[in-house]
Amino acid sequence: MTTKNSLTQSSMPLYPAKTKIQVTIIFFVVLGIYTFSMIWTQDEMVGGFGGALGNMYTVIEKFFPPNFTILPTIWKAMMQTIQMAIIATTIAAILTVPLAVLSAQNITTLKPLYYITRTFLNLLRTIPDLVLAVIFVGLFGVGVFPGILALTVFSLGILAKLISETIESVDMNPLEAMRASGGNVFQVIWYSLVPQIAPQFTSLVLYVFEINIRASVVLGMVGAGGIGLVLNQHLKFYNYPNAMTIIIVIFATVLIIEFISNKIREALL
Amino acid sequence: MIEFKNVGLVYPNGTEGLKNINVKINDGEFVVIVGLSGAGKSTFIRSINRLVTPTSGSLLVDNEDILKHKGKNLRKLRTKVGMIFQNYNLVKRTNVFKNVLAGRLGHTGTLRSIFNLYSKEDKALAYNNLTRVNIEEKVYNRADELSGGQQQRVSIARVLTQTPKYILADEPVASLDPPTSHQVMTYLKKINKEDNITTIVNLHFIDMAMEYADRIIGMRAGEVVFDGPASEVTEKTFEEIYGRSIREDDLRGGAQE
Ligand SMILES: Nc1ncnc2c1ncn2[C@@H]1O[C@H](COP(=O)(O)OP(=O)(O)OP(=O)(O)O)[C@@H](O)[C@H]1O
Ligand SMILES: [Mg+2]
Repeated sequence: MTTKNSLTQSSMPLYPAKTKIQVTIIFFVVLGIYTFSMIWTQDEMVGGFGGALGNMYTVIEKFFPPNFTILPTIWKAMMQTIQMAIIATTIAAILTVPLAVLSAQNITTLKPLYYITRTFLNLLRTIPDLVLAVIFVGLFGVGVFPGILALTVFSLGILAKLISETIESVDMNPLEAMRASGGNVFQVIWYSLVPQIAPQFTSLVLYVFEINIRASVVLGMVGAGGIGLVLNQHLKFYNYPNAMTIIIVIFATVLIIEFISNKIREALL
Repeated sequence: MIEFKNVGLVYPNGTEGLKNINVKINDGEFVVIVGLSGAGKSTFIRSINRLVTPTSGSLLVDNEDILKHKGKNLRKLRTKVGMIFQNYNLVKRTNVFKNVLAGRLGHTGTLRSIFNLYSKEDKALAYNNLTRVNIEEKVYNRADELSGGQQQRVSIARVLTQTPKYILADEPVASLDPPTSHQVMTYLKKINKEDNITTIVNLHFIDMAMEYADRIIGMRAGEVVFDGPASEVTEKTFEEIYGRSIREDDLRGGAQE
Protein backbone atom coordinates (compact mmCIF):
# COMPACT_ATOMS: atom_id res chain seq x y z
CA MET A 1 0.00 0.00 0.00
CA THR A 2 2.65 2.52 1.01
CA THR A 3 4.95 1.60 -1.90
CA LYS A 4 2.13 1.95 -4.37
CA ASN A 5 1.25 5.31 -2.91
CA SER A 6 4.75 6.73 -3.12
CA LEU A 7 5.14 5.41 -6.67
CA THR A 8 2.08 7.20 -7.97
CA GLN A 9 3.21 10.32 -6.14
CA SER A 10 6.69 10.32 -7.69
CA SER A 11 5.28 10.14 -11.21
CA MET A 12 2.77 12.91 -10.49
CA PRO A 13 3.24 16.08 -12.53
CA LEU A 14 3.92 19.32 -10.65
CA TYR A 15 0.92 21.05 -12.24
CA PRO A 16 -2.45 19.60 -13.17
CA ALA A 17 -2.89 18.85 -16.91
CA LYS A 18 -5.53 21.56 -17.25
CA THR A 19 -3.16 24.28 -16.02
CA LYS A 20 -0.52 23.06 -18.47
CA ILE A 21 -2.86 23.32 -21.45
CA GLN A 22 -4.03 26.78 -20.39
CA VAL A 23 -0.49 28.08 -20.01
CA THR A 24 0.52 26.63 -23.38
CA ILE A 25 -2.43 28.27 -25.14
CA ILE A 26 -1.72 31.63 -23.51
CA PHE A 27 1.93 31.36 -24.51
CA PHE A 28 1.12 30.79 -28.18
CA VAL A 29 -1.49 33.54 -28.27
CA VAL A 30 1.03 36.03 -26.85
CA LEU A 31 3.67 34.82 -29.33
CA GLY A 32 1.15 35.25 -32.17
CA ILE A 33 0.36 38.81 -31.13
CA TYR A 34 4.07 39.66 -31.02
CA THR A 35 4.76 38.22 -34.47
CA PHE A 36 1.75 39.94 -36.00
CA SER A 37 2.59 43.35 -34.56
CA MET A 38 6.21 43.03 -35.65
CA ILE A 39 5.27 42.36 -39.27
CA TRP A 40 2.67 45.10 -39.16
CA THR A 41 4.98 47.82 -37.81
CA GLN A 42 7.62 46.82 -40.37
CA ASP A 43 5.12 47.59 -43.11
CA GLU A 44 4.18 50.91 -41.60
CA MET A 45 7.74 52.14 -41.14
CA VAL A 46 8.75 53.87 -44.38
CA GLY A 47 12.48 53.36 -44.51
CA GLY A 48 12.92 50.72 -41.81
CA PHE A 49 15.81 51.04 -39.38
CA GLY A 50 18.30 51.90 -42.13
CA GLY A 51 16.39 55.06 -42.96
CA ALA A 52 16.19 56.02 -39.31
CA LEU A 53 19.97 55.90 -38.95
CA GLY A 54 20.37 58.12 -42.01
CA ASN A 55 17.81 60.61 -40.66
CA MET A 56 19.57 60.65 -37.32
CA TYR A 57 22.63 62.28 -38.86
CA THR A 58 20.63 65.11 -40.47
CA VAL A 59 18.67 65.63 -37.24
CA ILE A 60 21.79 65.78 -35.08
CA GLU A 61 23.46 68.15 -37.51
CA LYS A 62 20.54 70.58 -37.27
CA PHE A 63 20.51 70.56 -33.47
CA PHE A 64 24.24 71.11 -32.96
CA PRO A 65 25.91 73.09 -31.63
CA PRO A 66 23.39 74.11 -28.96
CA ASN A 67 22.98 77.83 -28.47
CA PHE A 68 23.84 78.42 -24.83
CA THR A 69 23.35 82.17 -25.04
CA ILE A 70 19.61 81.66 -24.43
CA LEU A 71 20.28 80.00 -21.06
CA PRO A 72 19.38 83.08 -18.95
CA THR A 73 16.02 83.44 -20.70
CA ILE A 74 14.91 79.83 -20.21
CA TRP A 75 15.66 79.57 -16.51
CA LYS A 76 12.41 81.20 -15.61
CA ALA A 77 10.41 78.69 -17.65
CA MET A 78 12.32 75.78 -16.17
CA MET A 79 11.61 77.00 -12.65
CA GLN A 80 7.97 77.36 -13.63
CA THR A 81 7.91 73.72 -14.73
CA ILE A 82 9.43 72.61 -11.43
CA GLN A 83 6.95 74.73 -9.51
CA MET A 84 4.07 73.21 -11.47
CA ALA A 85 5.30 69.75 -10.63
CA ILE A 86 5.76 70.62 -6.94
CA ILE A 87 2.32 72.16 -6.56
CA ALA A 88 0.57 69.38 -8.49
CA THR A 89 2.40 66.63 -6.59
CA THR A 90 1.61 68.24 -3.24
CA ILE A 91 -2.09 68.63 -3.96
CA ALA A 92 -2.27 65.10 -5.33
CA ALA A 93 -0.42 63.71 -2.29
CA ILE A 94 -2.98 65.29 0.05
CA LEU A 95 -6.03 64.24 -1.96
CA THR A 96 -4.60 60.75 -2.33
CA VAL A 97 -4.86 59.95 1.37
CA PRO A 98 -8.65 59.66 1.67
CA LEU A 99 -9.00 58.13 -1.79
CA ALA A 100 -6.32 55.51 -1.15
CA VAL A 101 -7.85 54.57 2.21
CA LEU A 102 -11.32 54.29 0.70
CA SER A 103 -10.05 52.11 -2.13
CA ALA A 104 -8.11 49.72 0.14
CA GLN A 105 -10.14 46.59 0.70
CA ASN A 106 -8.70 45.81 4.12
CA ILE A 107 -9.65 49.21 5.59
CA THR A 108 -12.87 50.05 3.76
CA THR A 109 -14.98 47.07 4.65
CA LEU A 110 -18.10 48.80 3.35
CA LYS A 111 -18.19 47.20 -0.10
CA PRO A 112 -20.19 49.83 -2.07
CA LEU A 113 -17.91 52.64 -0.92
CA TYR A 114 -14.87 50.60 -1.90
CA TYR A 115 -16.22 49.82 -5.37
CA ILE A 116 -17.25 53.43 -6.04
CA THR A 117 -13.80 54.80 -5.16
CA ARG A 118 -12.04 52.03 -7.09
CA THR A 119 -14.12 52.69 -10.21
CA PHE A 120 -13.60 56.44 -9.94
CA LEU A 121 -9.84 56.00 -9.70
CA ASN A 122 -9.79 53.55 -12.60
CA LEU A 123 -11.70 56.04 -14.75
CA LEU A 124 -9.27 58.78 -13.74
CA ARG A 125 -6.35 56.64 -14.81
CA THR A 126 -7.76 55.88 -18.25
CA ILE A 127 -7.55 59.57 -19.26
CA PRO A 128 -4.12 60.26 -20.80
CA ASP A 129 -2.29 63.26 -19.35
CA LEU A 130 -2.16 64.96 -22.75
CA VAL A 131 -5.93 64.77 -23.09
CA LEU A 132 -6.29 66.27 -19.60
CA ALA A 133 -3.98 69.13 -20.58
CA VAL A 134 -5.86 69.79 -23.81
CA ILE A 135 -9.17 69.86 -21.91
CA PHE A 136 -7.92 72.19 -19.17
CA VAL A 137 -6.14 74.49 -21.64
CA GLY A 138 -9.42 74.64 -23.54
CA LEU A 139 -11.27 75.53 -20.33
CA PHE A 140 -8.80 77.98 -18.75
CA GLY A 141 -6.63 79.16 -21.62
CA VAL A 142 -2.89 78.80 -22.17
CA GLY A 143 -0.85 79.00 -18.96
CA VAL A 144 0.43 77.37 -15.82
CA PHE A 145 -2.94 76.84 -14.13
CA PRO A 146 -4.36 74.26 -16.59
CA GLY A 147 -0.98 72.53 -16.45
CA ILE A 148 -1.16 72.19 -12.69
CA LEU A 149 -4.71 70.86 -12.88
CA ALA A 150 -3.81 68.30 -15.52
CA LEU A 151 -0.77 67.13 -13.56
CA THR A 152 -2.77 66.93 -10.32
CA VAL A 153 -5.47 64.74 -11.82
CA PHE A 154 -2.90 62.65 -13.65
CA SER A 155 -0.74 62.00 -10.59
CA LEU A 156 -3.73 61.48 -8.33
CA GLY A 157 -4.71 58.49 -10.47
CA ILE A 158 -1.30 56.87 -10.18
CA LEU A 159 -0.63 57.75 -6.53
CA ALA A 160 -3.97 56.65 -5.11
CA LYS A 161 -3.68 53.31 -6.88
CA LEU A 162 -0.11 52.62 -5.73
CA ILE A 163 -0.77 53.77 -2.18
CA SER A 164 -3.99 51.81 -1.80
CA GLU A 165 -2.00 48.74 -2.79
CA THR A 166 0.60 49.59 -0.15
CA ILE A 167 -2.19 49.92 2.39
CA GLU A 168 -3.59 46.54 1.42
CA SER A 169 -0.26 44.89 2.21
CA VAL A 170 0.22 46.27 5.76
CA ASP A 171 0.34 44.18 8.91
CA MET A 172 -3.24 44.21 10.23
CA ASN A 173 -2.28 43.10 13.76
CA PRO A 174 -1.53 46.57 15.18
CA LEU A 175 -4.77 47.86 13.68
CA GLU A 176 -6.66 45.17 15.53
CA ALA A 177 -4.88 46.09 18.77
CA MET A 178 -5.78 49.77 18.42
CA ARG A 179 -9.37 48.88 17.67
CA ALA A 180 -9.44 46.55 20.67
CA SER A 181 -8.19 49.34 22.93
CA GLY A 182 -11.13 51.57 22.06
CA GLY A 183 -9.59 53.77 19.37
CA ASN A 184 -11.89 55.26 16.73
CA VAL A 185 -11.33 54.93 12.98
CA PHE A 186 -9.12 58.02 12.72
CA GLN A 187 -7.00 57.03 15.69
CA VAL A 188 -6.58 53.49 14.36
CA ILE A 189 -5.48 54.83 10.97
CA TRP A 190 -3.19 57.47 12.40
CA TYR A 191 -1.52 55.25 14.97
CA SER A 192 -1.17 51.93 13.24
CA LEU A 193 -1.60 52.48 9.50
CA VAL A 194 0.27 55.75 8.90
CA PRO A 195 3.57 54.63 10.49
CA GLN A 196 3.49 51.48 8.38
CA ILE A 197 3.00 53.23 5.05
CA ALA A 198 4.87 56.50 5.65
CA PRO A 199 8.17 55.39 4.02
CA GLN A 200 6.51 53.98 0.91
CA PHE A 201 4.20 56.98 0.75
CA THR A 202 7.13 59.40 0.66
CA SER A 203 8.98 57.26 -1.82
CA LEU A 204 5.97 57.04 -4.16
CA VAL A 205 5.29 60.78 -3.90
CA LEU A 206 8.90 61.47 -4.91
CA TYR A 207 8.57 59.04 -7.79
CA VAL A 208 5.40 60.73 -9.00
CA PHE A 209 7.15 64.09 -8.65
CA GLU A 210 9.84 62.88 -11.05
CA ILE A 211 7.20 61.70 -13.49
CA ASN A 212 5.47 65.06 -13.17
CA ILE A 213 8.62 67.00 -14.15
CA ARG A 214 8.84 65.01 -17.37
CA ALA A 215 5.12 65.05 -17.99
CA SER A 216 4.93 68.82 -17.50
CA VAL A 217 7.42 69.27 -20.35
CA VAL A 218 5.12 67.36 -22.67
CA LEU A 219 2.03 69.15 -21.33
CA GLY A 220 3.75 72.50 -21.94
CA MET A 221 3.81 71.67 -25.63
CA VAL A 222 0.03 71.80 -25.80
CA GLY A 223 -0.06 75.15 -24.02
CA ALA A 224 0.03 74.19 -20.37
CA GLY A 225 2.88 76.56 -19.41
CA GLY A 226 6.45 75.99 -18.30
CA ILE A 227 9.50 74.93 -20.26
CA GLY A 228 7.48 72.75 -22.64
CA LEU A 229 5.72 75.80 -23.98
CA VAL A 230 9.06 77.52 -24.68
CA LEU A 231 10.51 74.38 -26.24
CA ASN A 232 7.50 74.12 -28.51
CA GLN A 233 7.89 77.73 -29.67
CA HIS A 234 11.54 77.20 -30.61
CA LEU A 235 10.76 73.98 -32.44
CA LYS A 236 7.95 75.69 -34.37
CA PHE A 237 10.36 78.32 -35.66
CA TYR A 238 12.98 75.69 -36.52
CA ASN A 239 15.28 77.14 -33.87
CA TYR A 240 16.96 73.79 -33.31
CA PRO A 241 20.16 74.99 -31.55
CA ASN A 242 17.96 76.84 -29.04
CA ALA A 243 15.72 73.79 -28.64
CA MET A 244 18.81 71.68 -28.02
CA THR A 245 19.85 73.94 -25.14
CA ILE A 246 16.41 73.52 -23.61
CA ILE A 247 16.58 69.75 -24.01
CA ILE A 248 19.96 69.68 -22.26
CA VAL A 249 18.62 71.83 -19.42
CA ILE A 250 15.61 69.52 -18.99
CA PHE A 251 17.88 66.49 -19.06
CA ALA A 252 20.18 67.95 -16.40
CA THR A 253 17.25 68.99 -14.21
CA VAL A 254 15.64 65.56 -14.36
CA LEU A 255 18.96 63.92 -13.48
CA ILE A 256 19.53 66.23 -10.52
CA ILE A 257 16.01 65.73 -9.19
CA GLU A 258 16.29 61.98 -9.56
CA PHE A 259 19.57 62.03 -7.72
CA ILE A 260 18.14 64.06 -4.85
CA SER A 261 15.00 61.96 -4.50
CA ASN A 262 17.06 58.77 -4.59
CA LYS A 263 19.12 60.10 -1.68
CA ILE A 264 15.97 60.94 0.27
CA ARG A 265 14.56 57.50 -0.46
CA GLU A 266 17.71 55.76 0.74
CA ALA A 267 17.61 57.73 3.97
CA LEU A 268 14.00 56.67 4.55
CA LEU A 269 14.01 52.95 3.92
CA MET B 1 -18.52 40.74 36.25
CA ILE B 2 -18.82 38.98 32.91
CA GLU B 3 -21.78 36.75 32.29
CA PHE B 4 -22.43 34.54 29.24
CA LYS B 5 -26.11 33.61 29.01
CA ASN B 6 -26.93 30.96 26.41
CA VAL B 7 -24.38 32.55 24.10
CA GLY B 8 -24.00 31.04 20.65
CA LEU B 9 -21.97 32.19 17.68
CA VAL B 10 -22.29 30.98 14.12
CA TYR B 11 -19.68 32.33 11.66
CA PRO B 12 -20.94 33.52 8.27
CA ASN B 13 -19.64 30.31 6.68
CA GLY B 14 -21.80 28.23 9.00
CA THR B 15 -19.10 27.13 11.49
CA GLU B 16 -20.42 27.07 15.03
CA GLY B 17 -17.79 28.88 17.07
CA LEU B 18 -19.75 28.86 20.36
CA LYS B 19 -22.65 26.65 21.40
CA ASN B 20 -24.95 27.67 24.22
CA ILE B 21 -22.29 29.00 26.59
CA ASN B 22 -23.27 29.77 30.20
CA VAL B 23 -20.38 31.10 32.22
CA LYS B 24 -20.05 33.72 34.94
CA ILE B 25 -16.66 35.28 35.61
CA ASN B 26 -16.32 37.16 38.87
CA ASP B 27 -14.28 40.29 39.47
CA GLY B 28 -10.63 39.69 40.22
CA GLU B 29 -10.53 36.12 38.95
CA PHE B 30 -7.63 34.74 36.92
CA VAL B 31 -9.29 32.36 34.47
CA VAL B 32 -7.46 30.17 31.99
CA ILE B 33 -9.32 28.75 29.01
CA VAL B 34 -7.92 25.51 27.65
CA GLY B 35 -8.91 23.34 24.72
CA LEU B 36 -7.59 21.91 21.50
CA SER B 37 -7.00 24.05 18.45
CA GLY B 38 -10.37 25.02 16.99
CA ALA B 39 -12.22 24.45 20.27
CA GLY B 40 -13.45 28.05 20.31
CA LYS B 41 -11.10 29.66 22.85
CA SER B 42 -10.37 32.70 20.70
CA THR B 43 -14.02 33.03 19.74
CA PHE B 44 -14.97 33.00 23.43
CA ILE B 45 -12.43 35.63 24.43
CA ARG B 46 -12.99 37.87 21.40
CA SER B 47 -16.72 37.93 22.06
CA ILE B 48 -16.08 39.80 25.30
CA ASN B 49 -14.62 42.86 23.54
CA ARG B 50 -16.77 42.31 20.46
CA LEU B 51 -13.97 41.63 17.99
CA VAL B 52 -16.48 38.95 17.04
CA THR B 53 -20.20 39.19 17.69
CA PRO B 54 -22.19 36.27 19.10
CA THR B 55 -25.34 35.54 17.15
CA SER B 56 -27.55 34.41 20.02
CA GLY B 57 -27.97 34.74 23.77
CA SER B 58 -26.77 37.68 25.83
CA LEU B 59 -23.37 38.66 27.13
CA LEU B 60 -23.28 40.93 30.16
CA VAL B 61 -20.26 42.99 31.14
CA ASP B 62 -20.95 44.83 34.39
CA ASN B 63 -24.65 43.97 33.96
CA GLU B 64 -24.86 45.60 30.53
CA ASP B 65 -25.68 43.48 27.49
CA ILE B 66 -22.86 44.30 25.10
CA LEU B 67 -24.15 42.42 22.06
CA LYS B 68 -26.08 45.44 20.78
CA HIS B 69 -23.25 47.91 21.39
CA LYS B 70 -22.22 50.11 18.48
CA GLY B 71 -19.96 53.12 17.90
CA LYS B 72 -19.31 55.07 21.08
CA ASN B 73 -20.67 52.39 23.42
CA LEU B 74 -18.52 49.77 21.77
CA ARG B 75 -15.41 51.92 22.11
CA LYS B 76 -16.26 52.53 25.76
CA LEU B 77 -16.54 48.78 26.32
CA ARG B 78 -13.18 48.21 24.61
CA THR B 79 -11.57 50.90 26.75
CA LYS B 80 -12.66 48.90 29.78
CA VAL B 81 -11.58 45.52 28.37
CA GLY B 82 -7.91 45.42 27.39
CA MET B 83 -6.42 42.78 25.14
CA ILE B 84 -3.06 41.05 24.72
CA PHE B 85 -2.27 39.11 21.55
CA GLN B 86 -0.13 36.17 20.55
CA ASN B 87 1.82 38.32 18.07
CA TYR B 88 2.10 41.31 20.46
CA ASN B 89 0.52 43.50 17.75
CA LEU B 90 2.78 46.48 18.34
CA VAL B 91 3.38 49.06 15.63
CA LYS B 92 6.85 47.89 14.64
CA ARG B 93 8.23 51.11 13.20
CA THR B 94 7.05 53.20 16.15
CA ASN B 95 8.95 53.57 19.40
CA VAL B 96 8.04 51.77 22.60
CA PHE B 97 6.75 54.88 24.39
CA LYS B 98 4.33 55.80 21.62
CA ASN B 99 3.16 52.20 21.43
CA VAL B 100 2.40 52.24 25.14
CA LEU B 101 0.69 55.65 24.99
CA ALA B 102 -1.59 54.22 22.31
CA GLY B 103 -3.27 52.47 25.24
CA ARG B 104 -4.77 55.89 26.05
CA LEU B 105 -6.52 56.23 22.66
CA GLY B 106 -9.91 55.27 24.02
CA HIS B 107 -9.59 57.94 26.73
CA THR B 108 -8.23 60.66 24.44
CA GLY B 109 -9.95 62.91 21.89
CA THR B 110 -9.15 62.36 18.22
CA LEU B 111 -7.32 65.66 17.67
CA ARG B 112 -5.35 65.45 20.90
CA SER B 113 -4.16 61.96 20.07
CA ILE B 114 -3.28 62.86 16.48
CA PHE B 115 -1.10 65.74 17.64
CA ASN B 116 0.36 63.65 20.50
CA LEU B 117 -1.07 66.02 23.11
CA TYR B 118 -1.05 63.57 25.98
CA SER B 119 -1.36 64.91 29.49
CA LYS B 120 1.53 64.73 31.97
CA GLU B 121 -0.44 62.11 33.90
CA ASP B 122 -0.88 59.92 30.82
CA LYS B 123 2.83 60.05 30.06
CA ALA B 124 3.73 59.32 33.66
CA LEU B 125 1.29 56.42 33.67
CA ALA B 126 2.78 54.99 30.47
CA TYR B 127 6.32 55.28 31.79
CA ASN B 128 5.39 53.83 35.15
CA ASN B 129 3.79 50.83 33.44
CA LEU B 130 6.97 50.25 31.48
CA THR B 131 8.86 50.12 34.76
CA ARG B 132 6.32 47.64 36.12
CA VAL B 133 7.32 45.16 33.43
CA ASN B 134 11.01 46.19 33.68
CA ILE B 135 11.39 47.42 30.14
CA GLU B 136 11.78 51.15 30.79
CA GLU B 137 15.32 51.26 29.40
CA LYS B 138 13.89 50.52 25.93
CA VAL B 139 11.47 53.44 26.04
CA TYR B 140 12.80 55.12 22.88
CA ASN B 141 13.72 51.97 20.96
CA ARG B 142 11.69 51.03 17.95
CA ALA B 143 9.38 48.13 18.74
CA ASP B 144 10.92 45.90 16.06
CA GLU B 145 14.31 46.15 17.80
CA LEU B 146 12.96 44.17 20.77
CA SER B 147 12.86 40.42 21.35
CA GLY B 148 9.53 38.61 21.46
CA GLY B 149 9.40 38.53 25.25
CA GLN B 150 10.27 42.22 25.46
CA GLN B 151 7.58 43.06 22.90
CA GLN B 152 5.01 41.12 24.90
CA ARG B 153 6.02 43.06 28.02
CA VAL B 154 5.54 46.31 26.10
CA SER B 155 2.11 45.12 25.07
CA ILE B 156 1.32 44.41 28.73
CA ALA B 157 2.42 47.96 29.55
CA ARG B 158 0.17 49.21 26.75
CA VAL B 159 -2.83 47.35 28.09
CA LEU B 160 -2.11 48.59 31.65
CA THR B 161 -1.96 52.17 30.35
CA GLN B 162 -5.48 51.66 29.15
CA THR B 163 -6.42 51.24 32.87
CA PRO B 164 -8.79 48.39 32.04
CA LYS B 165 -11.07 46.56 34.41
CA TYR B 166 -10.61 43.33 32.46
CA ILE B 167 -7.69 41.90 30.53
CA LEU B 168 -8.11 39.31 27.79
CA ALA B 169 -5.02 37.48 26.59
CA ASP B 170 -5.25 35.24 23.54
CA GLU B 171 -2.34 32.77 23.61
CA PRO B 172 0.06 35.39 25.01
CA VAL B 173 2.99 32.99 25.26
CA ALA B 174 2.49 30.76 22.22
CA SER B 175 5.36 32.45 20.35
CA LEU B 176 7.79 32.50 23.28
CA ASP B 177 10.34 30.07 24.72
CA PRO B 178 9.63 28.39 28.11
CA PRO B 179 11.53 30.78 30.45
CA THR B 180 10.13 33.86 28.71
CA SER B 181 6.65 32.34 28.77
CA HIS B 182 6.83 31.94 32.53
CA GLN B 183 8.12 35.49 32.91
CA VAL B 184 5.17 36.89 30.93
CA MET B 185 2.64 34.76 32.82
CA THR B 186 4.18 35.87 36.11
CA TYR B 187 3.69 39.53 35.14
CA LEU B 188 0.07 38.87 34.18
CA LYS B 189 -0.60 37.10 37.44
CA LYS B 190 1.10 39.84 39.47
CA ILE B 191 -0.99 42.52 37.78
CA ASN B 192 -4.13 40.51 38.37
CA LYS B 193 -3.38 40.32 42.09
CA GLU B 194 -2.00 43.84 42.61
CA ASP B 195 -4.54 45.79 40.53
CA ASN B 196 -7.44 43.37 40.95
CA ILE B 197 -7.91 43.23 37.17
CA THR B 198 -10.05 40.29 36.08
CA THR B 199 -7.87 38.32 33.68
CA ILE B 200 -8.89 35.72 31.11
CA VAL B 201 -6.09 33.89 29.34
CA ASN B 202 -6.19 31.36 26.51
CA LEU B 203 -3.48 28.77 26.82
CA HIS B 204 -2.96 25.39 25.38
CA PHE B 205 -0.19 24.29 27.73
CA ILE B 206 -1.78 22.36 30.57
CA ASP B 207 1.12 22.70 33.01
CA MET B 208 1.00 26.50 32.68
CA ALA B 209 -2.77 26.51 33.05
CA MET B 210 -2.47 24.58 36.33
CA GLU B 211 0.38 26.75 37.59
CA TYR B 212 -1.19 30.18 37.04
CA ALA B 213 -4.96 29.78 36.93
CA ASP B 214 -7.41 30.31 39.81
CA ARG B 215 -10.04 28.71 37.67
CA ILE B 216 -9.91 26.65 34.51
CA ILE B 217 -12.54 26.51 31.79
CA GLY B 218 -12.19 23.66 29.31
CA MET B 219 -13.67 23.95 25.85
CA ARG B 220 -14.30 21.44 23.10
CA ALA B 221 -16.04 22.02 19.78
CA GLY B 222 -17.54 25.34 20.88
CA GLU B 223 -18.84 24.05 24.20
CA VAL B 224 -17.72 24.46 27.79
CA VAL B 225 -16.93 20.92 28.93
CA PHE B 226 -15.20 21.75 32.20
CA ASP B 227 -15.37 24.65 34.63
CA GLY B 228 -13.77 24.54 38.05
CA PRO B 229 -11.02 25.76 40.36
CA ALA B 230 -7.49 24.95 39.23
CA SER B 231 -6.92 23.03 42.46
CA GLU B 232 -9.47 20.41 41.39
CA VAL B 233 -7.85 19.83 38.03
CA THR B 234 -5.71 16.80 37.29
CA GLU B 235 -4.21 15.30 34.15
CA LYS B 236 -7.34 13.19 33.96
CA THR B 237 -9.46 16.36 33.63
CA PHE B 238 -7.36 17.47 30.68
CA GLU B 239 -7.70 14.10 29.03
CA GLU B 240 -11.45 14.54 29.29
CA ILE B 241 -11.33 18.08 27.88
CA TYR B 242 -9.02 17.13 25.03
CA GLY B 243 -10.71 13.80 24.40
CA ARG B 244 -7.33 12.08 24.16
CA SER B 245 -4.32 11.29 26.29
CA ILE B 246 -1.84 14.04 27.24
CA ARG B 247 1.23 14.41 25.04
CA GLU B 248 4.64 16.01 25.35
CA ASP B 249 3.63 19.08 23.31
CA ASP B 250 0.71 19.86 25.62
CA LEU B 251 3.32 20.89 28.17
CA ARG B 252 5.41 24.05 28.09
CA GLY B 253 7.88 22.78 30.66
CA GLY B 254 10.62 24.89 32.25
CA ALA B 255 8.54 25.72 35.32
CA GLN B 256 10.05 28.43 37.46
CA GLU B 257 11.73 27.29 40.65
N1 LIG C 1 -13.58 34.17 11.00
C1 LIG C 1 -13.99 32.88 11.00
N2 LIG C 1 -14.82 32.44 10.05
C2 LIG C 1 -15.24 31.16 10.04
N3 LIG C 1 -14.89 30.25 10.95
C3 LIG C 1 -14.07 30.62 11.92
C4 LIG C 1 -13.56 31.97 11.99
N4 LIG C 1 -12.76 32.06 13.07
C5 LIG C 1 -12.75 30.84 13.64
N5 LIG C 1 -13.54 29.98 12.96
C6 LIG C 1 -13.82 28.58 13.30
O1 LIG C 1 -14.42 28.54 14.58
C7 LIG C 1 -13.90 27.46 15.34
C8 LIG C 1 -13.30 27.98 16.63
O2 LIG C 1 -12.16 28.76 16.31
P1 LIG C 1 -11.25 29.51 17.39
O3 LIG C 1 -10.30 30.37 16.64
O4 LIG C 1 -12.13 30.16 18.37
O5 LIG C 1 -10.50 28.29 18.06
P2 LIG C 1 -9.31 28.28 19.12
O6 LIG C 1 -9.73 27.41 20.23
O7 LIG C 1 -8.92 29.67 19.45
O8 LIG C 1 -8.18 27.56 18.32
P3 LIG C 1 -6.58 27.83 18.31
O9 LIG C 1 -6.02 27.14 19.51
O10 LIG C 1 -6.14 27.17 17.05
O11 LIG C 1 -6.38 29.29 18.32
C9 LIG C 1 -12.92 26.74 14.46
O12 LIG C 1 -13.56 25.65 13.88
C10 LIG C 1 -12.56 27.75 13.41
O13 LIG C 1 -12.25 27.12 12.21
MG1 LIG D 1 -7.18 30.84 19.04
